[in-house]
Amino acid sequence: MRTIRNGLVLALGITMTALGASACSGGGEQQPPAAANPNEHVDLTLATFTEFGYEDLIPEYERLHPNIKITHHKTGQGGPYHEELVTKLAAGSGLADVTALEEGHLSDFLDKGSKFNDLSKIGPADASPDRWLNWKYEAAKTKDGKLIGYGTDIGPLAMCYRKDMFKAAGLPDDPEAVKPLFATWDSYFAAGADFVKKSNGKAWFDSASQNFNAMVNQLPEGYIGTDDKLAVEKNQGIKDAWAKVTDAVAKGESAKLTAFSNEWNTGFAQGAFATKVCPAWMLGVIKEHAGPENAGKWAVTAAFPGGGGNWGGSFLTVPTQSKHPREAAELAAWLTAPEQQIKAFQAKGNFPSQVKALTDPALLSYTNPYFGDTKVGELFAEQAKKVQKPQYKGPGDGQIQENATQPALQAVEQGKSAADGWNQLVEAAKKITR
Amino acid sequence: MTVLDKVAPEGSKAGERVSPRPTFRHRLSRWDVKVSPYLYIAPFFIVFGIVGLFPLLYTAYVSTFKWKAGDDDPDFIGLDNYKELFADSQFWNALVNTISIFLLSSVPQLVFAVLLAALLGARLRGATGWRVGILLPYAASLVAIGIIFANLFGPKYGLVNGVLQTIGLDPIDWQANRFGSHVAIAIMVNWRWTGYNALIVLAAMQAIPKELHEAALIDGAGTWRRFFNVTLPLLKPTLIFVIITSTIGGLQIFTEPKLFDAMPGSNNGGSTNQFQTVTLYLYQTAFQNASLGYASAIAWVLFLIIILIALVNFFLTGRIARTPAVKKK
Repeated sequence: MRTIRNGLVLALGITMTALGASACSGGGEQQPPAAANPNEHVDLTLATFTEFGYEDLIPEYERLHPNIKITHHKTGQGGPYHEELVTKLAAGSGLADVTALEEGHLSDFLDKGSKFNDLSKIGPADASPDRWLNWKYEAAKTKDGKLIGYGTDIGPLAMCYRKDMFKAAGLPDDPEAVKPLFATWDSYFAAGADFVKKSNGKAWFDSASQNFNAMVNQLPEGYIGTDDKLAVEKNQGIKDAWAKVTDAVAKGESAKLTAFSNEWNTGFAQGAFATKVCPAWMLGVIKEHAGPENAGKWAVTAAFPGGGGNWGGSFLTVPTQSKHPREAAELAAWLTAPEQQIKAFQAKGNFPSQVKALTDPALLSYTNPYFGDTKVGELFAEQAKKVQKPQYKGPGDGQIQENATQPALQAVEQGKSAADGWNQLVEAAKKITR
Repeated sequence: MTVLDKVAPEGSKAGERVSPRPTFRHRLSRWDVKVSPYLYIAPFFIVFGIVGLFPLLYTAYVSTFKWKAGDDDPDFIGLDNYKELFADSQFWNALVNTISIFLLSSVPQLVFAVLLAALLGARLRGATGWRVGILLPYAASLVAIGIIFANLFGPKYGLVNGVLQTIGLDPIDWQANRFGSHVAIAIMVNWRWTGYNALIVLAAMQAIPKELHEAALIDGAGTWRRFFNVTLPLLKPTLIFVIITSTIGGLQIFTEPKLFDAMPGSNNGGSTNQFQTVTLYLYQTAFQNASLGYASAIAWVLFLIIILIALVNFFLTGRIARTPAVKKK
């Protein structure tokens, strides 16, 4: 009993110090909170969405740190999860000590950087910048240089395609031979037009917005300029991408299946389209929906139009609401260390963002039998290195993609003209950022 | 109850009806008479005040601010949110969608509910089984229904289009076509609520005295004649109830259009908001765009519209309900 009370007093002391530290953060130098006491009992909460592959890692961490007890809250869908985070940030309570954020939503939270701890200050020393791929590390930095999240997984992009459909249309189907088709977006859409003609109107890709998102993600700036103002009308790269994608839709290249809808799921099983932009995590989605009867028909190759790209991946943050920021940062650092990321990759296929993990034999030798025993670990490690730097994403970027771009492209697929669709996109984006 | 006041307190002398200094028990019983009724009904008003009135008033307060969730000090902007709302084409579009879906669901629903009730009221084998049967859709999970119907109405692989194609018709893109999407959503609503309303109508039907039907029968009225001249007029109060409840429900329709969207989790109501309802727009504004002030303005306008329609309903139906009574004289 006495030890618990002593623990409480100590915890209180540490909390006070932590509070004091964050209170005086205004003047440049931020003091790290007092070192964690290894004997103090600490309850930590961890909030994630969909699959992070932490089920076996949490008991392991508790075994290594007998004084720490972790409660893991898992949520199904990312969208509602992040909506709830905004509410909890606004309310000033309810956030977990370690809170996961998805890349697409990150910009909205970088904007509220004052509500997160600077992990470069309070995190353990071994979680140094060189642990991560540079662009992944930089992505979680606020404008004033605060690191609010440790990178977990990434979604390096490659191209998936249906071997049998390529063969039937008279296109090359060997993973090496198809690479020239996927060299640039122009060659990709040209090959698509060719495929549609040769296959009697079969679709080349699943939906316009899947390609468009990848194209926009490759640009140095997204929908929002570095001045945090809407730049969609000024951004020539976005305009060009729009023209290319809507032109491909007009040529019948799109299967018009909204991503992650039931119809899209069925589309995989029915062979409704021949290619698919493939972040590393997409392989699992394809396998699940295309089913065992299509095993071996899908292939993946280490090429992506316009070089590399990233789609998805998450970060672990420690909100200032946390009563144990130091311990929480330690846990987040441990979960994002290369060794643990390899384990998460083996458990759920989340592709690691750590330099050391990308050269780990366990990752490089990993093959995927569904995709014809391709060494997918090596393939995506190669693709990950092609990504140069993070795109600048201002607040509202993810929302524009979901609620302005995607509906506008869907409307074009449903028969709206490309020009009207563009106006719809611009109007909706203005409304979101007003 | 007030009689208690005049009863002399125990121990007082006969004839001394009112003691100059009432005893504590006397005062207690007087308070009891005056205060207790309020105490008995207080729980309702307290609960209503907390979960009904306060949110209503606080929403009105929030609607006068430019209030983004997470803002530390929102700006007071008076009625600007309302001004913006009345010029917001997306809001009017949502309102038209709501009313369209509401009419497409309520009108056929009412007709079918009365017909179903008439069928169930007839002599049937296993009547209870049938009656429970039509209530089953109501007991099913709304979310499950939404997902199943969204699948049925899928543009490419949906069952409904499959059937249309086998009988030689063109498939309909149920999500892209504005009217098509309204019909599909209305079918979802009807499937769920028709049986529920039919049971309410059935209960009212069975309360109609047999003698009226017998008298009409002796007068030579056939089945249809009796249905229109005896059953329907006497059902009016029940029909009014059913209409008002379905109006309130219909104007707040949310789950069905949300789940009907092909894009999972979307609040857009289709690519060009072709089936976004007012509540869906309200939800999107508040929880996706985090514009709490503007969302509160939408909530208040929706509230006023519901009150307005309920009043119109009340006057119209009140007038209709009075007619049979006049005829009797």
